[in-house]
Amino acid sequence: MAEKTMVEAVRDALCDEMRRDERVFVLGEDVGGGGVFRATDGLRDEFGEDRCMDTPLAEAAIVGAAIGASINGLLPVAEIQFADFIHPAFDQIVSEAARLHYRSNGAWSCPITVRTPYGAGIHGGPYHSQSIEAFYAHVPGLKVICVASPYDAKGLLKSAIRDPNPVMFLEHKKAYRLFREEVPDEDYTIPIGVAATKREGNDMTLVTYGLMTRYSLEAADVVEGDDGTSVEVIDLRTVSPWDKECVLESVRKTGKALIVYEDNISGGFGAEVAATIAQDAFEFLDGPVTRIASPDVPLAPYSSVLEEQILPNPEKIADGIRKLAAF
Amino acid sequence: MVSVSDVPGAQGLSKDQLRELYYKMFLARSVGERERMLNRMGKGPFAVTGEGHEATQVGTAFAMTPGKDWALTYYRDIGVALTLGMTPRDLLLAHLGRAESIESGGRNMPSHFSSVDLRIVSGSAPVATQVPHAVGIALASKLRGLDEVAVAYFGDGAASVGVVHESMNLAGVHRLAVIFVCENNQYAISVPASKQAAITDLSIRAQGYGFPGVTVDGNDVLAVYSAAKEAVERARNGDGPTFIEAKTYRLVPHTSDDDDRRYRSREEVEEWEKKGPLIRFRTWLEENDVASASEIDEIEAKAMAEIDAATEYAEAAPTPDPATAMRHVFVEEE
Repeated sequence: MAEKTMVEAVRDALCDEMRRDERVFVLGEDVGGGGVFRATDGLRDEFGEDRCMDTPLAEAAIVGAAIGASINGLLPVAEIQFADFIHPAFDQIVSEAARLHYRSNGAWSCPITVRTPYGAGIHGGPYHSQSIEAFYAHVPGLKVICVASPYDAKGLLKSAIRDPNPVMFLEHKKAYRLFREEVPDEDYTIPIGVAATKREGNDMTLVTYGLMTRYSLEAADVVEGDDGTSVEVIDLRTVSPWDKECVLESVRKTGKALIVYEDNISGGFGAEVAATIAQDAFEFLDGPVTRIASPDVPLAPYSSVLEEQILPNPEKIADGIRKLAAF
Repeated sequence: MVSVSDVPGAQGLSKDQLRELYYKMFLARSVGERERMLNRMGKGPFAVTGEGHEATQVGTAFAMTPGKDWALTYYRDIGVALTLGMTPRDLLLAHLGRAESIESGGRNMPSHFSSVDLRIVSGSAPVATQVPHAVGIALASKLRGLDEVAVAYFGDGAASVGVVHESMNLAGVHRLAVIFVCENNQYAISVPASKQAAITDLSIRAQGYGFPGVTVDGNDVLAVYSAAKEAVERARNGDGPTFIEAKTYRLVPHTSDDDDRRYRSREEVEEWEKKGPLIRFRTWLEENDVASASEIDEIEAKAMAEIDAATEYAEAAPTPDPATAMRHVFVEEE
């Protein structure tokens, strides 16, 4: 088993699936040359330009053509170069991909995967930093995955491609080359909708996803080293459908819930997690359900100083853990 | 099956085929009228129909191979749906939102045509969203080595939407087997063609995408059929897309919730009724001895009998089981 970066794991998953099933093909801007993050590096050489297809620079057509190709028997993986540029395709994703199966009473389906790098922390400014998961998690008929680790990325991308429904696959761009992790060479999948308890603990449940998982784990280690507070960290991995039972079971054990996400706090996905805990685990709580997220400013300013001011980081998360633990 | 016709100007269609064309056109007209009537009777909540578009819809669909070629329709395409093989019963079940509707089982608004067997892909209401699907379907046909053709239908209003440009551009780059059919009825609800585009013939846009564009008289079914037949042959032979703009006129309000008296004169509508596709083709059939007046009356009576039976059937058909409202959000695993 080799240690790999997340972008290598993404590429491996695409390559494996294209070898396994000739219906799988990728399309998008610059994918033929490997893409701006190199996630499709080498695919054109192995599979040809029909199965690793450069498209015109037009996001609605990329997703719309993927929908059409899926209707006609293929399993398209559309790449949108940055999540910030996916908005022109919103209509195709929300009006078409998400609703086709329901509106036709189950007659038609749309097995597409839409991959896109999202998230801040790389000095990307307001147009290379956005978190978009809440927009799509709100829409019935879509599955939404947020990955920030090599192992999860490979297993979940394979599941996404094999899923008979439209899947939004959001890859945290700062995690692409942030660290390496052991990733099996052989085929494996991770089920969509199942969270991972990445750290066990008894005093508090910290629910998070994406890059904030890594920051939360760091923060939990620091606080436990300082004062012994034992934090359970759950990485949702999939925000729609999300693993409510895993979260509720943990909160019933710990009695406290801290939710950490990178997106703007208002209407972010963590609000849904908070509401569910408040409703379904109320009698187990002995502290306020608390959120740490970015304030409501466009994510994210370019300057390092400004960006650091806005985004959650291990220090801010550690402070949040201490405050909630004091209840 | 196609027999060479000895009727001059018949585009190679036999007398039987010409009569069939008229039958489908009359059926489309009358299903539309029936839906609007049922709406006024308080039976169907909503009607969106295409009276006036029959030559454009039937003429193009008649050039396709049903069940092999793909149709990406929009809400006015009753004539396309009927020509490819959906029935008045299918459409009236959808109009009344019945459980048995193959369009949607009562989920989608009516005239959002769908049949998996006939490759009429379920549509939505935001205009032009179906156009890139035709391109994707044709892309898949190319990758899979299939000689199917995908036809995207849309109106003159939808022609202004950005994704139509994106779709035509992508289809042009890959020379895909797509036919873009713009049913230009000169109004996007109340907005006239002059406010929709600075050019007269939208088909000239095709030049910018590297494939042929043609404007035809959308009220002349044989002219439309001829253009569509040529486009289908081009597409099937691997010669790429065609943009067909058919100029026609909507003889009825946009939907059952629209009053077109507020934006166009009755005189204008009456003028277009005189130039309507049904009356023109009926005259042509009689003048060319394809069908006598009494034979045409029989064709019309047959269509009305089918619609009456379909109405009776659809009205008696059960509404959906409320317990099924949550189903089919996602594909149900076996």
